[in-house]
Amino acid sequence: MKKLIQMTINDRAYEVAVEPNKTLADLIRYDLGLTGTKKGCDTGDCGACTVILNGDPVNSCLVLAVQADNAVIETIEGLSTDDGLHPLQQAFVEKGAIQCGFCTPGMILSAKNLLDKNPAPTEAEIREGISGNLCRCTGYQKIFEAIESTRS
Amino acid sequence: MKSYDVISTRANRIDTPDKATGKAVFVDDITLPGMLYGALLQSPHAHAKILSIDTSEAEKLPGVKAVITAKEAGQVKYGVSPARYDETVFAVDRVRYVGDEIAAVAATRLDIALEAVSRIQVEYEVLPAVFTVEDAVKDGAPQLHDEFKGNLCAEVHQEFGNVAEGLENSDIVITTEMKSKRQDGAFIEMQGCIAEYDNRGVLTLTSSTQVPHYVQRTVAMVLGMDVGKVRVKKPYVGAGFGIKAAANPMELACCMLARKTKKPVKMNFTREQVFMYGRARHRFHHTITTGAKKDGTLMALKHECWLDGGAYTSFGIATVYYTGSLLGGPYKLANMSYDGYRVYNNKPACGAQRGHGAVIARACFEQQLDMIAEKIGMDPLELRIKNMMETGDTTCNDLNMSSFGMAECIEAVRNGSDWDKKKGHMPPGKGIGMACGFFVSGAGYPIYRSDTFHGTVIVKLTEDGGTALVYTASAEIGQGSDTAFAMIAAEALGIPLENVRLASGDTDMGVDLGAYSSRQTLMTGHATKEAAENVRRQVLEVLAEQLNVAVEKMDIRNGFIEFDGDTPDFSTLRTRYIKEHRGWTDNPDSDKLTFKEASRIAFLERGSIVGTGKYKPHSLGGKFKGAAVGTSPAYGCSAQVAEVTVDMDTGQITIDKITDAHDCGKAINMTSVEGQMEGSISMGIGEAMHEEVIFDNQGRVLNDDLAEYKIVTTMDMPRVKTIVVESDEPNGPFGAKEVGEGAIMPTIPAILNAVYDAAGVRVYELPLTPERVFHAIQEYRERNKATA
Repeated sequence: MKKLIQMTINDRAYEVAVEPNKTLADLIRYDLGLTGTKKGCDTGDCGACTVILNGDPVNSCLVLAVQADNAVIETIEGLSTDDGLHPLQQAFVEKGAIQCGFCTPGMILSAKNLLDKNPAPTEAEIREGISGNLCRCTGYQKIFEAIESTRS
Repeated sequence: MKSYDVISTRANRIDTPDKATGKAVFVDDITLPGMLYGALLQSPHAHAKILSIDTSEAEKLPGVKAVITAKEAGQVKYGVSPARYDETVFAVDRVRYVGDEIAAVAATRLDIALEAVSRIQVEYEVLPAVFTVEDAVKDGAPQLHDEFKGNLCAEVHQEFGNVAEGLENSDIVITTEMKSKRQDGAFIEMQGCIAEYDNRGVLTLTSSTQVPHYVQRTVAMVLGMDVGKVRVKKPYVGAGFGIKAAANPMELACCMLARKTKKPVKMNFTREQVFMYGRARHRFHHTITTGAKKDGTLMALKHECWLDGGAYTSFGIATVYYTGSLLGGPYKLANMSYDGYRVYNNKPACGAQRGHGAVIARACFEQQLDMIAEKIGMDPLELRIKNMMETGDTTCNDLNMSSFGMAECIEAVRNGSDWDKKKGHMPPGKGIGMACGFFVSGAGYPIYRSDTFHGTVIVKLTEDGGTALVYTASAEIGQGSDTAFAMIAAEALGIPLENVRLASGDTDMGVDLGAYSSRQTLMTGHATKEAAENVRRQVLEVLAEQLNVAVEKMDIRNGFIEFDGDTPDFSTLRTRYIKEHRGWTDNPDSDKLTFKEASRIAFLERGSIVGTGKYKPHSLGGKFKGAAVGTSPAYGCSAQVAEVTVDMDTGQITIDKITDAHDCGKAINMTSVEGQMEGSISMGIGEAMHEEVIFDNQGRVLNDDLAEYKIVTTMDMPRVKTIVVESDEPNGPFGAKEVGEGAIMPTIPAILNAVYDAAGVRVYELPLTPERVFHAIQEYRERNKATA
């Protein structure tokens, strides 16, 4: 039995009927076509599916879509504007913080959440702030540099 | 030295704006109209006979469109090396590991496909299984493959020089063992694929692969199709590290399901299936004896290794050879022997992973160099310099170092880490250690025996003259190859990077052996450079005709034509160009003739300007059995210094800093080179400190997720200082060679040597868990108490 839910994703209102066992990650990716949100494990370990739900980062593979009824959600597609890339996205590009790019959307959203709440994080705070996002390519060095370059 | 305009810079990668914004398309992001979803039935037993398979209940389920087993798929054997094809897509009458594929289903929804898989009835006769090298080689052990008695998948016996004599003439002889654990690639994107079969009988497979070319050939062979009717494409790939460097059974099953249903079929591994499928780094058990003179001169190296291979060969033949062939260098060593054995057992097959075959051997050997240095009272860094190979040297197993900045790398890490001040002066519990290593810039020969080009590239100019299109079948899997080739094309053509567009990873674009053995920058780079130079020459030839200037008197730089001597009157050409573009707003008004004008004129004179390039290495290696493995047109090399803190009460190790210098030849993109160094180090740290795939006593993976299989997180990764050492590699495009794998070589031994410096203990088994280190410290204290 599907349930009708409403949500706002990247400033756009959605009304969708979802199965009660569908995860938010699957809804976002396969039903709404916002495939920038990635799935690397389905068990909340890798952080690739990170989205910002009502102001907090979540692993969207661990959230049921019905739990997000009436939620305000931000995905990677909501970051860039008509003026171009978000400063964090730009910093990731310029510092070489992206290799395969599969962890990147989740990583950038975790970093954005960190900077939104703490505009001048220390290195330790940056490490902790993105510790739930795994990257196998970069060794994180250039990700640290990218985030450090955008802190105020 | 020639100056460059595009390469050797920190240009932004061409793929990363799309990756930063979520626009980059990976395979699971693709949905096609009418697409079906596939699922695999995999064995729950490590070793069993299949007595019967009944798919009738699965086929009855509404929504199921196809069920296939070995009966329908056939029994074509495949694998990585044609000499050792030992797999079929589906198990024929026997399963050999937990996860061995038995059947596949395609259905309208994934949940239906999974339900159908659960309704397939298989009757098994469970057989005794073996899970370790030791058990598998025992008399009377269960046998996995009838043709390989004693479960011996492969053995290698090589001797160069005279090892017995070398050891006899040594003043110091050290023998140690080193044991590692099975690794997992742990790339963040699981394997996935979509197969389509069109009305003209053409099969298109879109897959998360490192090697479209090899997958194309395997699909064609196993499905009995012409290579020309099989197209393999890769979209963006969420890394591979070697594990995605061969066709997997899911890709083949997916193609069969698409051909049968005439509908697109998508399949994905779950994370558990990634672990179940394996194919990552083997578990190694090395015994190495090294002999040296009192003055530090290395005399001989005797090496024996047992590889825990798993149920099938996969890359194992290459692995067991690489394990031996990549050890002696980067040191001058006249006498070396190797006895390698790869053993089958009832676990998932192991294969290739970053630093193929060579990582743990180096971890063992480089510790011995420190032991020798300690015995003779020499700085371990000086011992390495004393024995270091130089540019032009050839190893005793015929590997030629056509460029070799090894000594420069050592000096760079000596200075970069402040080695001279720190070595021997660290406070208790803190230590510093170093190690070196080298690696191929592409395998000298293809995986199948062939005279094929290793890479072909097409460069074409757009008709307006503004843009160069580069087409290559190479595989961007995250390492930055697309950007490297765009930069090489721009440099060779003489135009800015933004005027190059590149498409890659599609077998329709040519032949490219793909992303493995750190081959693409050198090999595909060569082909790209040749194709771009071909186009450049064609444009200049037209200009020569039009302006009556010799081709050699002209150059193209930064998008402008430069003339040797006076600039000829090119107003006729400019007028002709402008007439072609009435109403356009970007007509040229510069003093210089632009490349855009020149290439438009070239198009008007000759039609599409297309240039092709190709590359294959010159004949490499010696004449002995296995001489091909380890050969390469060039070798990258590196030195690393690790600084660690060891908690003497708990055995907990903290890596404080890594200083790394790597000779990559000419750096095409400086930022990407550093990225490969940093990524290699993080993988090396993971393997050294905590990575281990653990099985239960039934052959099932216990830690098949990224919580319990512990890769390096932001909290584990030390700050890394990377120093790029550039040399001029004569066999590389613009002098470039590898960086993708060589950089992992010194990481583990540098850490091990630093732990010894900090705690006085040597640990001969990985990973360095606190428990293992704690016991080593306890033993050390007991021993010292006893001798005190």
